[in-house]
Amino acid sequence: MATQTPTPVSTAADAVEPAAGRLPRWAPWACFAGAAAVAAGLELLGDFNIALFVVYAVVLGTLALYLASRVTEGRRKATDRLVTAVVTSAFGIAMVPLVALVWEVVGRGIVRFDGEFFGSSLVGIIGEGGGAYHAIFGTLIITALTTLISVPIGLMTAIYLVEYARGRLKRAITFFVDVMTGIPSIVAGLFAYALFVLFFGPGVRLGIMGAVALSVLMIPVVVRSAEEVLKLVPNELREAAYALGVPKWRTIVKVVIPTAIAGLGTGVTLAIARVVGETAPLLVTVGITNATNFDPFDGRMATLPVYAYYQLTQPGVPPEYAIDRAWTAALLLIMLVMGLNVVARLISRFFAPKTGR
Amino acid sequence: MAKRIDVSDLNIYYGNFLAVEGVNVSIEPRSITALIGPSGCGKSTFLRTLNRMHEVIPGARVEGKVVMDGHDLYGADADPVDVRRQIGMVFQRPNPFPTMSIYENVAAGMRLNARRMKKSDLDELVERSLRGANLWEEVKDRLDRPGSGLSGGQQQRLCIARAIAVEPDVLLMDEPCSALDPISTLAIEDLMTELKERYTIVIVTHNMQQAARVSESTGFFNLNGVGQPGRLIEFNPTEKIFSNPDQKATEDYISGRFG
Amino acid sequence: MTATRTPSPPGPTRPVRRLGDRVFAGSARGAGILILVILAGVAAFLVAEAVPAITAPAEEIPGGEGLTAYIAPLVFGTLLAALIALVVATPLAVAIALFITHFAPRRLAQGLGYLVDLLAAIPSIVYGFWGISWLAPKMVPFYRWLEDNLGFIPFFAGPTSATGRTMLTAGLVLAIMILPIISAISREVFLQVPTLHKEAALALGATRWEMIKMAVIPYGKSGIIGGSMLGLGRALGETLAVTLVLSVSGGITFNLISSGNPATIAANIALQFPESTGIAVNTLIASGLALFVITLVVNMLARWIVNRRADFSGAN
Repeated sequence: MATQTPTPVSTAADAVEPAAGRLPRWAPWACFAGAAAVAAGLELLGDFNIALFVVYAVVLGTLALYLASRVTEGRRKATDRLVTAVVTSAFGIAMVPLVALVWEVVGRGIVRFDGEFFGSSLVGIIGEGGGAYHAIFGTLIITALTTLISVPIGLMTAIYLVEYARGRLKRAITFFVDVMTGIPSIVAGLFAYALFVLFFGPGVRLGIMGAVALSVLMIPVVVRSAEEVLKLVPNELREAAYALGVPKWRTIVKVVIPTAIAGLGTGVTLAIARVVGETAPLLVTVGITNATNFDPFDGRMATLPVYAYYQLTQPGVPPEYAIDRAWTAALLLIMLVMGLNVVARLISRFFAPKTGR
Repeated sequence: MAKRIDVSDLNIYYGNFLAVEGVNVSIEPRSITALIGPSGCGKSTFLRTLNRMHEVIPGARVEGKVVMDGHDLYGADADPVDVRRQIGMVFQRPNPFPTMSIYENVAAGMRLNARRMKKSDLDELVERSLRGANLWEEVKDRLDRPGSGLSGGQQQRLCIARAIAVEPDVLLMDEPCSALDPISTLAIEDLMTELKERYTIVIVTHNMQQAARVSESTGFFNLNGVGQPGRLIEFNPTEKIFSNPDQKATEDYISGRFG
Repeated sequence: MTATRTPSPPGPTRPVRRLGDRVFAGSARGAGILILVILAGVAAFLVAEAVPAITAPAEEIPGGEGLTAYIAPLVFGTLLAALIALVVATPLAVAIALFITHFAPRRLAQGLGYLVDLLAAIPSIVYGFWGISWLAPKMVPFYRWLEDNLGFIPFFAGPTSATGRTMLTAGLVLAIMILPIISAISREVFLQVPTLHKEAALALGATRWEMIKMAVIPYGKSGIIGGSMLGLGRALGETLAVTLVLSVSGGITFNLISSGNPATIAANIALQFPESTGIAVNTLIASGLALFVITLVVNMLARWIVNRRADFSGAN
């Protein structure tokens, strides 16, 4: 791949334009380095703006590379290089919010990431201090209840779809599970509210309502992931069990599920991660309180996301303390979700059955 | 405990497709019966109807009678699960349960059926089954290791041990050696010869030498064309099939003129 | 389990089934049916609670002009925000999917894909926090520039919002949130493109881009469309990010960079619900019903497109 003229028809890519030259390997780097220098110069004339600098450098570099390639390698190769640059930049653009978001949340959340935040509620707190003890426990309780409702229903449905169902009912359930994954979270909250209003009258707020609302969101996720995993269990194992005179249900419970347990664990963990940060359904079903309430069947509870929402939007006077608490709650939420994602990955890595395949 | 199986007028379907038609055969106890024939002729399908594994496939069904020692396996009161406890099966590819150890694999038939057993009895059963499958000496020091860690031939013998641990009357083997090397194949064939003292064995094989080596009786399955049902063309003592078959098609097949 | 469906000649009977099997199969089937019941329940309870608002006289509805007048601007805002998100996210997501499947070094591809997926893991409310405090202020100079130079386009007529909490910012936040969904599905279909098609293109002397144009994009087109529809569904129902980022004033306007913006249905519910009582609650639930119907239609359409493709390609 050096600078010498390639023999005609050396690779498929330039077979059609045998006369075309080749840019040396360092050419792209050179183009972008040059562009960066120019961009830096431009920016130093005015006030330096890192975002504009990057934009200038990428655009100029791409342009330079395109022109250089166009001159030496021809139109088609140049287009190819242009696309490569564009596509790579697209990925870079997507990384900007990720990095900026994590940076911002960690930077602002770390301020109140202290013992008091984890150890105290908001009872009697005006201004400084206070914490999210009550909200943390509220989130844990409601998430646990949600898991308790969703996992059995979701898992049994997946078992039904994989092991038993066929025909119209199977197609209907599969389709509507897919549709259910698209229910907006706020609508799930309204559903739980409308359901409980029938029994408890208007204005009802209970922890269990939140769990019901979140279950509507979590069940389809559990079904889909469990279904994928159960399908992966080789049919030979089921047949081996049947041939030993094991009834179908025992085969499923004792052979199919243990074989798939790692995947099921991963799926459930990811499903929990999906709902643990949900705010909207809890906002309309569980509400918020400053005091600690561990009873999901009695009145309002605080939860981490709703806590964060109210601390940010209704900080009171002076606002800065509540806003700090809000960011710490947001940081905690991110850590929770990321932590669950990591746990999910560890489960799939360490609990996978020791098959030869 | 070995039992005799009588099959009469058996038609086997996948949905509306007739896969095997009109099988009539008597399988003798304490002997090895081999089923041979070209691919797709329905010999494995037939084998799977003998312990009602066929109906595990959605839409699959049978007509006709399979009678084991006077008991109709497809009678109105016959429970497929009980049938399978009496008629064990070994599959083409070794399929030990990946989540279980060697010990647990052998004990699987008991454990999965939640049959209560004293630990010492279970230990004894596992040892007896593994000895029965000629595997005990090779694995006795690593019974708690995963079964999938064994070699292919060992895995297949583990599956045989697992099948005989349930103490069935009949053992069905669906091309048990096709995934194995010649040495392991020989080990399994020796094992079959030992096992026939106690069990009725039916084996499907593509390997005609194998059928000639191990079996007392041989059945030849064939089909007239694609989409046609398979039929049992000839059923005779192995010696006769391989030296002087009644049917021309059998002779053509075993002499390698087709298939 | 394998009861014969087709009427069969006498002989084969329904297999005997054990109690354990019957109970287990029954509860599995029950769970599956329960899901259908839940979905029907969502619709039924929303309708039941929305009826009082639908039948109430116009002047009792918040705003005093009836339900339609109340919901219309919200529907408009919802569609506008989701559309912005879709327009921004789709090309970006497809480009990212191409980058990961065809341009990135093989060894890095999976890790880079995981980074994009991380965007999907971040809770909506955290996006809202970030949108207010990081993105919105940073967009203000850009909006000023748009107003000065492209002000003749109604979208950018201004006057620029001083906080940057505009419809365009909300749309951009939504775009980031649906990016991983669209890119994940596009990635999946791009990976399913038969190697044969790709090699055929390369063998004709195509460059990588020409190969993608000839083999990958046509094959993955319906996947891209279905994926964007799923993204659209998500964007339509996204609540907290919009609630926080968008500075709401009501009304219908196409001006994307001013401080006067219509709310979205979801954001409006989140803002109003905690403080509402009586008929106002029913009104909000009625708007939620509208949102439910809109997302249901979009999602069913999306699933239909994606599934049709799956049938066609023989995947699964």
